[in-house]
Amino acid sequence: MDSLVQTTAFQQKIDQDLNIEPKDHMPDAYRSHLIRQISQHAHSEVIGMQPEGNWITRAPSLRAKQILLAKIQDEGGHGLYLYSAAETLGISREEMIEQLHSGKAKYSNIFNYPTLTWADIGAIGWLVDGAAIVNQVSLQRTSFGPYARAMVRICKEESFHQRQGYEIMANMMKGTAEQREMAQDAMNRFWWPALMMFGPHDGDSPHSGDAFLWKIKRKSNDELRQKFIDKTIDQATLIGLTVPDPELKWNAEKEGYDHGEIDWDEFHRVIRGNGPCNKQRMAHHVKYHEEGAWVREAAAAYKQRKNEF
Amino acid sequence: MTPQEALFKYTLRLGDNALIQGHRLSEWCSKGPILEEDLALTNIALDNIGLAQAFLKYAADIEGKGKTEDDLAYKRPERQFYNHQITELPIGDFAVTIAKQLLISAFEVPLFSALSHSTDETIAGIAAKGVKESRYHFVHSRDWCYRLGEGTELSHSKLQQAIHDLWAYTGELFEMAEEDTILLVAGIAVDLEELRPLWKETVATVLTEATIQIPEDGTMHTGSRNGVHTEHLGHILAEMQYLQRAYPDATW
Ligand SMILES: [Fe+2]
Ligand SMILES: [Fe+2]
Repeated sequence: MDSLVQTTAFQQKIDQDLNIEPKDHMPDAYRSHLIRQISQHAHSEVIGMQPEGNWITRAPSLRAKQILLAKIQDEGGHGLYLYSAAETLGISREEMIEQLHSGKAKYSNIFNYPTLTWADIGAIGWLVDGAAIVNQVSLQRTSFGPYARAMVRICKEESFHQRQGYEIMANMMKGTAEQREMAQDAMNRFWWPALMMFGPHDGDSPHSGDAFLWKIKRKSNDELRQKFIDKTIDQATLIGLTVPDPELKWNAEKEGYDHGEIDWDEFHRVIRGNGPCNKQRMAHHVKYHEEGAWVREAAAAYKQRKNEF
Repeated sequence: MTPQEALFKYTLRLGDNALIQGHRLSEWCSKGPILEEDLALTNIALDNIGLAQAFLKYAADIEGKGKTEDDLAYKRPERQFYNHQITELPIGDFAVTIAKQLLISAFEVPLFSALSHSTDETIAGIAAKGVKESRYHFVHSRDWCYRLGEGTELSHSKLQQAIHDLWAYTGELFEMAEEDTILLVAGIAVDLEELRPLWKETVATVLTEATIQIPEDGTMHTGSRNGVHTEHLGHILAEMQYLQRAYPDATW
């Protein structure tokens, strides 16, 4: 049981915008909220390697192949920092992976959509990384020190990814009729799932109260979504892409766009495991984790042997 | 074969080896036994593709037909590829990939090191970059050979099997073709026969330390110097070249 003194000291730190560090006292609920959020974030980085990895061997130029490989490598690196940040809270990477496989831990829904054409690689970089940045920029000021610092490092790389994805889309829109069609199709398929990345409307987001109080979360889902929409629409228009939302219109009063309603049935369907690729993504992760077991065992046995002598 | 044709083919060979090796390694993405290895293998893939780009760009210049490195990578048919067959073999399990990387980087380190003194300045420059990278690739695969060789019975037997299966593809590395002989005289190319004992010694040292038996030299696979490959290369190219071939008018 946390003492009143400890709890008060913790909340005072939060209120003064000081970071909480791993050795500091923190309420159990704060710790478990962070473990859930950071591990989900780490798993998202790692599962996200699959849809993009789907195009590595088919990337259309040597430059494109290198950019994509380096990008996916960055995402894996993000996974590593985040697993390490979560480990400072007293959970091991192996436990986090077990929770992923058992379904206890989640990952971002967006990666349950397939990458069908090369344009999807552009759409993911531009829209998915673009949406992730909006969220992650606000997390640079999150109250848990290791998480906030991981976000600073990660955000720098994410903005590269976003630009590179946009460049793919822009080039395709300058290309042949088939390329433009491919780019628009990717836009049509990824736009709404990208908006869903920010989660339910504020009114339907039951668990965010404590997250705000503890300054884990600094901006609401709808605020972040609005930011993303406003910065992305102009980028789309600039290269001739149509945003697949007939209700989209500029609202001068709020100085932002009004948009059509998100298909929340789809959102919940995918969260419940019934998206196009949920089973595939998980089966892939489980398969290669299991297939790698003998390698991890060999490394551990070797290390032990060397320490003995 | 004119000296220019020899130089073109020789540079293509260097480019193709890096390209196909890099392509195979890139298949490990999201499939590594641990996340750190996913990143390490991707890194080696990236080094290789960067090297391929440099060599193929130079090859395109030498050819002088206004092509780019991408034209050479994505629009050449399988019989005009000159990579060693060992590079195109499937990645297999982690032991196969590590064994393959050991055999290849133990060859690349002395090759690039010698080529960094080539009288052809472009090749020398690219090789100087290559030698730094391949030293790192060698260390990575060497250390994993130790871990797998002395780790568990299972890892030992997998690595032993992989070395055994790959051995017959190592003869090709040292074959001197017409282009080698022509360019050797000009101080551009390397005498591969001189590299063979160095390679053998390096590989033997690592494998002995890893308690892995060194196979006897039996019949060796051959053909890549003439663009003759295993069945695997055609599938790699079908996948790799798909977009360029399906949309020939497009740039990406
Ligand atoms: Fe990331
Ligand atoms: Fe990213």
